[in-house]
Amino acid sequence: MNTQQKLEILADAAKYDASCASSGARRSGNGKGVGHSDGMGICHSYTPDGRCVSLLKILLTNFCTYDCIFCVNRISSDIQRARFTPEEVVKLTLDFYKRNYIEGLFLSSGIIQSPDYTMEQLIHVAKALRTEHHFGGYIHLKAIPGASELLIDQAGLFADRLSANIELPTQQDLVQLAPEKKTTVIESTMNKIALRKDEADEDRRKLPSAPKFATAGQSTQMVIGATPATDREILTTATHLYGQYKLRRIYYTGFSPYPAADARLPLKPTPRMREHRLYQSDWLMRFYGFNAAELTSEENPSLSLTEDPKTTWAKLHPEFFPVDVNAAPRESLLRVPGIGYRNVERILSIRKYHLFLLDDLKKLRVRIKSALPYLITIDHAPRQQPSTHESQLTTQLDLFASVSALTGSI
Amino acid sequence: MKRIPLEPDFNAWREAAREALHLGYRPEELDLQDSTIPSTLDLTLESSDTPTGLPIPTPHTSKVFLEAAEYAAVHRDPQRWNLLYRILYRLQTNRNLLKISVDPDIAELERLESQVRRDLHKMHAFVRFRMVLEPGDPSGRPIVVDESLPNEPGPHHLVLATPTPFGLNHTALPHCDPDPHVTPTPSQPDTCEHFIAWYQPDHRILPLAAPFFAERFSVMRWTILTPDASVSWDPTSKQLTFAPGLPRESAPAEDELEDLWRSYYASIYNPARLNPEMMRSEMPVRYWKNLPEISLLPDLIIKSQSRVSDMVTRQQQQPSAQPFVPENHSLPTLRAALPACKGCDLYQHATQVVPGAGAAHAKLILVGEQPGDQEDLQGEPFVGPAGKILDRVMAELNIDRSKIYVTNAVKHFKFVQRGKLRLHQNPRMSEINACRPWLLAEVDSIHPRVILCLGASASKSLFGGTFALMRDHGKILQTPYANQVIATIHPSAVLRARDKESGEQLYNFLRDDMALAWHTAQKAV
Repeated sequence: MNTQQKLEILADAAKYDASCASSGARRSGNGKGVGHSDGMGICHSYTPDGRCVSLLKILLTNFCTYDCIFCVNRISSDIQRARFTPEEVVKLTLDFYKRNYIEGLFLSSGIIQSPDYTMEQLIHVAKALRTEHHFGGYIHLKAIPGASELLIDQAGLFADRLSANIELPTQQDLVQLAPEKKTTVIESTMNKIALRKDEADEDRRKLPSAPKFATAGQSTQMVIGATPATDREILTTATHLYGQYKLRRIYYTGFSPYPAADARLPLKPTPRMREHRLYQSDWLMRFYGFNAAELTSEENPSLSLTEDPKTTWAKLHPEFFPVDVNAAPRESLLRVPGIGYRNVERILSIRKYHLFLLDDLKKLRVRIKSALPYLITIDHAPRQQPSTHESQLTTQLDLFASVSALTGSI
Repeated sequence: MKRIPLEPDFNAWREAAREALHLGYRPEELDLQDSTIPSTLDLTLESSDTPTGLPIPTPHTSKVFLEAAEYAAVHRDPQRWNLLYRILYRLQTNRNLLKISVDPDIAELERLESQVRRDLHKMHAFVRFRMVLEPGDPSGRPIVVDESLPNEPGPHHLVLATPTPFGLNHTALPHCDPDPHVTPTPSQPDTCEHFIAWYQPDHRILPLAAPFFAERFSVMRWTILTPDASVSWDPTSKQLTFAPGLPRESAPAEDELEDLWRSYYASIYNPARLNPEMMRSEMPVRYWKNLPEISLLPDLIIKSQSRVSDMVTRQQQQPSAQPFVPENHSLPTLRAALPACKGCDLYQHATQVVPGAGAAHAKLILVGEQPGDQEDLQGEPFVGPAGKILDRVMAELNIDRSKIYVTNAVKHFKFVQRGKLRLHQNPRMSEINACRPWLLAEVDSIHPRVILCLGASASKSLFGGTFALMRDHGKILQTPYANQVIATIHPSAVLRARDKESGEQLYNFLRDDMALAWHTAQKAV
């Protein structure tokens, strides 16, 4: 099999992992090899599914000894298998990088022989790139859950980012769909990365020349919509992961059907909007001061597909509004629908010198229509409190009408 | 009103602006014209060219303003010089002006600045280098000739000649002198490789963009050509050299890696999530001409839908024997229904289906993998060489074969034809899964106390795809289908043993596990 055929198989197998960002790492050119990162990720192309191509995202191999039902590479899947040699990956990365096709490498792998063996193979590639070729571009390595601490240490020396995938929102989901994977094992790997990174950061504060460890931190991803886990459960898991392991990002991938999938999985893709609403909620939690528990309720554990989560919250909390653009503190401004994080910063800076009229907000491209009922400016006060009855509680498409992923029953 | 034509150069504006402030020109009395845009010269003289404002001998400016102005200055908007002067003038009396983004002038400055920043970002992203090799290299696809340019004599690395409708277009590349003391490294095998890109930015951003490429590709010899200007980087002297602009034809037309890159591009997207609007908003059509992968787009988009529906159909049509298994699970009924099974493709090749055989109420069921050559011809399980081993074990343990039930996980023979030989092939997981309903129906009919799986395929049928035989053989395990299931090696493993010693060892495994299964089955519940 030639490199091109392998590339086709092993890129195809990697396309279900959403993470592609290359932001967060700073690496200046070293003068000995190609590559630098300026902290801001660059998308070098976009694919017809609208996703950014910033890294060479491939698997080292799609052979896998595990049988995770949601995964196209599971052992029982009748797909074509291939395996790159580490040298092939190194060459591809450098050749593509030199032509400015990519920012770096995102290398993952099916689990072969053992977690440690697999991790060693991934490290081998990163090590060759960094030490033999002095490659200064971005490297994201998959941390294989259950790999030994020593290997995690090594991986972090060469990689800008490490990620251990949580795979599914809850432990029950894993029991059903990924029998070999356990939340405890995955989280202990996350914990190793977090602890090691803390140590390395502290060492570098004392001695700036101390080795760096995964400067762009760690991330994870979960597949949503393959199991009946609710948005509320997903956001609770997210809060736990962000808090416990200082993750940079969580990627939510809506389940989409793939060739030779197990019959226990839904046939319909998860609505793309559900993914979008989860990302919006994730942003609200990380940058806007919202709690996971505020965004959904026990009675209504799903996010609305027709309305953004900030508007939903605003409708349910009339007592909080209206907010005076010219006087309210940052925390309150951040809760007004239609005003983004950056515009809150701009409002705070401008209003010292200039009092806001509605027109000024338009100039900042605030989404006036959404914001109007919730704010006060010099020339505007909402006529009445927004009513809660307007809030539309829409339900999500029923993905499990004919097949239950939990029990496998039809 | 005083008109001053200005070259597209930030420093020229600074000079002009400084002088105008000294003289006391108010913004409305001055017109800083973009000299690259031909203007109809207004010949009627204005009433006055003389400034009426107060002279400002020591103008105030801030770092923030200069930074923003440097970006706005490369914008192609013809009014940018006047805008910058107006803001500079207003800054003299209002030091906080820049912070008020809602002011029309500041909003305009921010608009220009952000458009230039976006243009820069897109240039960093969408420049595509193409490699040119040394002169005389037989594989160098761009036509490379080594000749002196008549009007520019002197040292040059190579001259790139690209055919255009108007004849050959010649581009000289700077001289490359490989350092004899430096041995080529794997990352830099040929220090005279030259990478060339052609790009057309919206604004005159090349000088702002070049440092990014100089840092990122500092060990490479590269040139970026744009219609306004071009820039080359020398990795030895670490120097950027700017030169006049060049047309697209001056750059190589392709690179040997582009097919590989296109393969990657076609494989990395998910057709089930097609979203071309999103793609176009991030990568507007005007950038497409630089990107080799775009030639694939129409085809990828058109085929996405059919790929997804094919995928779903295939998932719905995963092979399964379920529709062929009768509701009545008694052994004669199953036996009668079996020959009609088309649950997977194996029926097309085998001579006949091979049902299980043995006692209808056996306490022990043996499950093999699938029929072999002999079994396929005779229609009985375990009658070939592996069956002989099984008989020997049972004789040794005093087990009467008629008291147990023997069957296979897969009921049809799978093989490849080699001349006259029919070579056994392991069934795939999908075939094992497809046939499982038959096995479960047999188990349901017989209700054995113990199931003994012979070999990995049989074990995988009942324990799932990841069952590890050598780890867990000889243990009494529980499955959803029976309370006591034991796995052991397949009798044919004994036949395939590489030497006599390991053959004996395997035989002993088989005998011990069989003994355990038999005795467990005899025990009263």
